[in-house]
Amino acid sequence: MTALDGRIDYDVIADWVSPGARVLDLGCGDGALLRHLKDSRGASGYGVEIDIERVISCMRNGINVLQIDLEKGLYDFVDQSFDLVIISNALQTLHRTEKLLTEMLRVGREAVVSFPNFAFWKHRMAIMDGHMPVSDRLPYQWYDTPNVRFFTIADFEALCEKLGIEIRERLVLDDAGQPVQEEPNFLGSFALYRLGGARG
Amino acid sequence: MANELSIPEDSVGIVSPLCARFDTPLTLKSGAVLPGFELMYETYGELNAARSNAVLVCPALSGHHHAAGIHADAPKNTGWWDNLIGPGKPLDTRKFFVISVNNLGGCHGSTGPMSTNPETGKPWGADFPVVTVEDWVAAQSLLADRLGIDCWAAIIGGSLGGMQAMAWSIHLPARVRHALVIASAPKLTAQNIAFNEVARQAIITDPDFHGGHFYEHNTLPRRGLRLARMLGHITYQSDDLMAEKFGRRLREGGRKFSFEVEFEVESYLRYQGDKFAGSFDANTYLLATRALDYFDPAHDAGGDLAAAFAPATADYLLVSFSTDWRFAPSRSREIVDALMRKGRNVSYAEIESSAGHDSFLLDDPHYHAVLRAYFDNITV
Repeated sequence: MTALDGRIDYDVIADWVSPGARVLDLGCGDGALLRHLKDSRGASGYGVEIDIERVISCMRNGINVLQIDLEKGLYDFVDQSFDLVIISNALQTLHRTEKLLTEMLRVGREAVVSFPNFAFWKHRMAIMDGHMPVSDRLPYQWYDTPNVRFFTIADFEALCEKLGIEIRERLVLDDAGQPVQEEPNFLGSFALYRLGGARG
Repeated sequence: MANELSIPEDSVGIVSPLCARFDTPLTLKSGAVLPGFELMYETYGELNAARSNAVLVCPALSGHHHAAGIHADAPKNTGWWDNLIGPGKPLDTRKFFVISVNNLGGCHGSTGPMSTNPETGKPWGADFPVVTVEDWVAAQSLLADRLGIDCWAAIIGGSLGGMQAMAWSIHLPARVRHALVIASAPKLTAQNIAFNEVARQAIITDPDFHGGHFYEHNTLPRRGLRLARMLGHITYQSDDLMAEKFGRRLREGGRKFSFEVEFEVESYLRYQGDKFAGSFDANTYLLATRALDYFDPAHDAGGDLAAAFAPATADYLLVSFSTDWRFAPSRSREIVDALMRKGRNVSYAEIESSAGHDSFLLDDPHYHAVLRAYFDNITV
């Protein structure tokens, strides 16, 4: 969805996908990630997308795509029917965050979540300057953004803790797409997580 | 006259119906045996050398073999799915060889109630055996054999036509690579069967029906067929669309305090009913609605739709329309769900449309873009 979407995120996610995995990609856009996982990992599965133009793009990309409103949940997906359920750069566009995260780990054995970090230092600077941040990772004006949830790396991890979701791997990238080791919630503009089922 | 016609570049042009005669008996699902039969069909485009580009178009309730182009003797009678089929159209006849059939029991030339029963020498009428979606598929498969088509690149149908595409993919899985199921359902709901029953009762209780043998009386149950079609039309459209098209508009000025045609919607329904009653056979209407009622692939698989799709190997496209309440999006979702459970390749689009069930016959840009994208990716 953003200008930086592409190779780096996709390669990270591809590394987390076992060969031949059955994948569900929520908010799959034009299907580029699924296409990449299909080509590079032999993955199969489905994308879920609400926007008809993107659904058509997926079909042109030769991706299985289901036009379904994620706000209504994943009610008709069977428990543990996918190896991996991905929501790449789309969690922030949906209202029912908790419900969706738990549903992802009901339907999939693992989940991958990626999102822009609202606490990235440039975003903090924008707020300090009195404005909502507009950046490569949050490329929208406040009045026309598709994003409805604004959260940080620290916030997300606290929610995982609350929901009993196990963080199995994390990668934080800066705005040049380079991995961030120190102070991720300050220096990172984008975070990717590999998550496991509820612990308790 | 014909040479004065200007035929659009994306039309398949002037087409001629063809007839295939089959002399081997066909045992129907009911157990009845048809000693032989004829199927009317049309073809558009060319079958390629590998015979890998054939697409079957399955008709809906009142559909027939004339799906695209025009007939030389009836230049205004364009095919019922002409907006879909043609050179450069979503179902592109430069790539695909398209076959469209008139099903068994039909009234447009294929063997049906109006045909002569060889045992009596009289029209079959009400004695024509009840046919099912599976029987239609069996007859279509004999036509495919005749034309040398071992495997369809795709089978497409809307509504009752979508049921035929599903049945092909379940019963003859090796013979279909892609099934495009539009505005359809895995089985009718009680409400849906109820609408069919009212339509049938309108026909059967018409005094001119004569127990289905009205041909012998040189009459036809026009009133019943007309009512059946009027009812159907209401259910094929959405409340919104009727409000938009007719609202509460009166044909002339004020109220006449009568039961004449006063509202525009009444005029429209009567026109549609009359047109249909003059061109469609009442017995065929009964048969086709019964085929709809009976279709239920899950029934033969212990009520489990996913299990019903177990033999299937095709890839699927499902399309539904937001305001279609007779074959609602949720019904298509049931099919998608079953196919996912079986790990089949399936895509699903729910098109925003105000036109209700009839949307599948229209050329909504998103709808046609979906079909075009899907057909473009089919290898031949």
